[in-house]
Amino acid sequence: MCLSVPALVVSIDGQMADVSVGGAIFKAGLHMVENVKEGDYILLHAGFAIQKISEEEALETLNLLNEMKNYENE
Amino acid sequence: MSDIVTLNHGSGGKQAHELIMNLFVKMFGMPHPLTDSALLVEQGCTIAFTTDSYVVDPLFFPGGNIGKLAVCGTVNDLSVSGAVPKYISASFIIEEGFTVKDLERITGSMADEADRAGVKIVTGDTKVVGWGKCDKLFITTAGMGFIKPGFEHISTGKKIRPGDKVIVNGPLGDHAIAVLGARNNLSFSSTVVSDCASLNHLIQSVLSECIQVHFMRDLTRGGLSAVLYELAQLSGMGITIDEASVPVDDPVRGLCEVLGFDPLNLANEGKILIVAGTEEHEKILDILHSQPLGRKSGLIGEITDVNKGDVILNTFSGGKRILDIPSGVQLPRIC
Amino acid sequence: MKYIEEYRDKGLILKLSDHIKKSVTGNYAFMEVCGGHTSAIHRFGIPSLLPSEISLLSGPGCPVCVTATDFIDKAIVYSQRENVTIVTFGDLLRVPGSSSSLEKEKTRGADIRIVFSGLEALNIARKEPEKTVIFLGIGFETTAPGTAATVRTAKEEGLKNFLLLSAHKVMPPVMDAIVREGIKIDGFICPGHVATITGSHIFNFLPEKYKLGCVIAGFEPTDLLQSILMLISQMNSKSPDVEIQYSRAVTADGNLIAQHQLYEVFESCDANWRGFGNISASGLRLKKEYEDFDAVKRIPVTIQENTDNPSCICGDILRGLKKPDNCSLFRRACTPENPVGACMVSSEGACNSYFKYHSQ
Repeated sequence: MCLSVPALVVSIDGQMADVSVGGAIFKAGLHMVENVKEGDYILLHAGFAIQKISEEEALETLNLLNEMKNYENE
Repeated sequence: MSDIVTLNHGSGGKQAHELIMNLFVKMFGMPHPLTDSALLVEQGCTIAFTTDSYVVDPLFFPGGNIGKLAVCGTVNDLSVSGAVPKYISASFIIEEGFTVKDLERITGSMADEADRAGVKIVTGDTKVVGWGKCDKLFITTAGMGFIKPGFEHISTGKKIRPGDKVIVNGPLGDHAIAVLGARNNLSFSSTVVSDCASLNHLIQSVLSECIQVHFMRDLTRGGLSAVLYELAQLSGMGITIDEASVPVDDPVRGLCEVLGFDPLNLANEGKILIVAGTEEHEKILDILHSQPLGRKSGLIGEITDVNKGDVILNTFSGGKRILDIPSGVQLPRIC
Repeated sequence: MKYIEEYRDKGLILKLSDHIKKSVTGNYAFMEVCGGHTSAIHRFGIPSLLPSEISLLSGPGCPVCVTATDFIDKAIVYSQRENVTIVTFGDLLRVPGSSSSLEKEKTRGADIRIVFSGLEALNIARKEPEKTVIFLGIGFETTAPGTAATVRTAKEEGLKNFLLLSAHKVMPPVMDAIVREGIKIDGFICPGHVATITGSHIFNFLPEKYKLGCVIAGFEPTDLLQSILMLISQMNSKSPDVEIQYSRAVTADGNLIAQHQLYEVFESCDANWRGFGNISASGLRLKKEYEDFDAVKRIPVTIQENTDNPSCICGDILRGLKKPDNCSLFRRACTPENPVGACMVSSEGACNSYFKYHSQ
């Protein structure tokens, strides 16, 4: 649940980061994630990064979808 | 109707609509349907007459200030009625302690904008109230202009037909986001600048060459959703909107995703909706595209004779849903 | 915007919709228990992409909807005290208490401020030491760790004027209650952001105890449709399981750091759910070491006993037993502007979504 949006880490200052969603910059607490660096994507929820997004898994999901058969329209 | 007035009554959505219709229109016996400007026929002339109040917080925001807003808003209310705006009045309610420097900045902006729009501010009023009795500065304007014969139908939408196209002159939500960012209490920053602008020259460039502008309205509080809802009610027809065609810039989209807003409900101050006849809609788009304030215009939908009275949104994902008038002030959410 | 737009690709969506139509071999009733899912399903018009054999039910996944009346009443009592600032997420502002709401109290002059993050509430407490700042903590396992980090920071800084009124809750007990008391369901669409924190294993009881399958889903249209396809496949092969569709954020173990921080500050307690009454071990309260930050302990208040409107059927709607248009108050006395039950208040509540997104 809950509104959590993928955001790009733009800069880090201690436990806080500036993250970007489409160019809008938000403050995100990094209290719950580790080894975050600029260029990573995190899930932003209520002002905190709740997880790092796995690029590998994201691509795999998309590949799976793209490889699905296209049915002819009925 | 509720028994106390809340901020929701001023947000351009459902409650505002109810308050206006059930109280003011009823009490004053105002002509139906309500339009951005009143159209008054006197001695062979059709005069457009409008009024508005400006209470924006903060007073200064990226892209403008309350003064510029006051002039643009009034010019646009007149222009979307098909009028050439001519004269504006400006009344100021100033809170004790407000700096003259800020007042100079604001009135300077008003003078500049009036010049740009080719209108004159010819009369006004000033009141000062004690500290705490108003929020720094409120501006109320009235404006008048003249409507050339043949354009009187634009505010009432009498010529709208099924098949007509729905056009907006650029990306939505910029003003709302610029103001929200300037309030600085929701931990975000963006480069979004208010779209606050006088649109009379843009509109006149279309009206001087096209006869199939069937309806226009500016998209202020309540956003596109509020205007579409009113249009569906006014015309008694259906409207279908293609969500993917509605222009919204990335930072606004990003903010909406994070805060849980719908860009279709956000306020604008330099955007209009045009309903154009099928034979001229491409020409109208070409004229809009040729001007800076219309460069990113888009065809977003059409008027239909099905689903009468409803606005149907064809979503990004190929699904469909009904677009309703926004209810109250949009609140940022976490869920 | 990366990780959003790719999952809204129309071609992929229509392909998935086709696959779903070709996979159904009977009727299916799937329940989602996440306000974010209810909202996304309606926002993207997902029902219009599914065959009629599939029924999507909306369960008690919106933390706003299940916030009990007494929580709002307590918050209102606090807001009426001198020098108290109530700081809340926007979601709570319109939730009806027994006779008022935070929004109404704000119009009467109460100092009630909306924030996007608990860290903003801390900022207010630092800047205004003369005020007692009470943060209203709502949300499930997605949000609670953030509140935990906030309270821990308050303790580290020795802030004396910051308090928490907690209505945080956890998902599994109410899902268990739904299965036992609610409508028969064929599978769950599980909340992807709760699972981001907790890991997928918290849902293992569903196939193990009840032979019910579940898929942990993301929030974009392709996520939802792919999850539905996975649930159909589980049902068709009679192999109920816990599967992760939202693998770009969810793992079996979840976010261990967040879990550790959560349970350093909070402990399990019984909680009152609007429409469900008391559910044991379903809430979160501050541990003894953090008692100084507990609003209820530091400033005890009494509120009147209240009775919910007898015509309000939010409880049945949250259990999936009834739909919004079965309620006699729906669209009449109960509308988004004048909500009676919390299902109408939150824009993700079943009734609010239904009101906005379905034709009359």
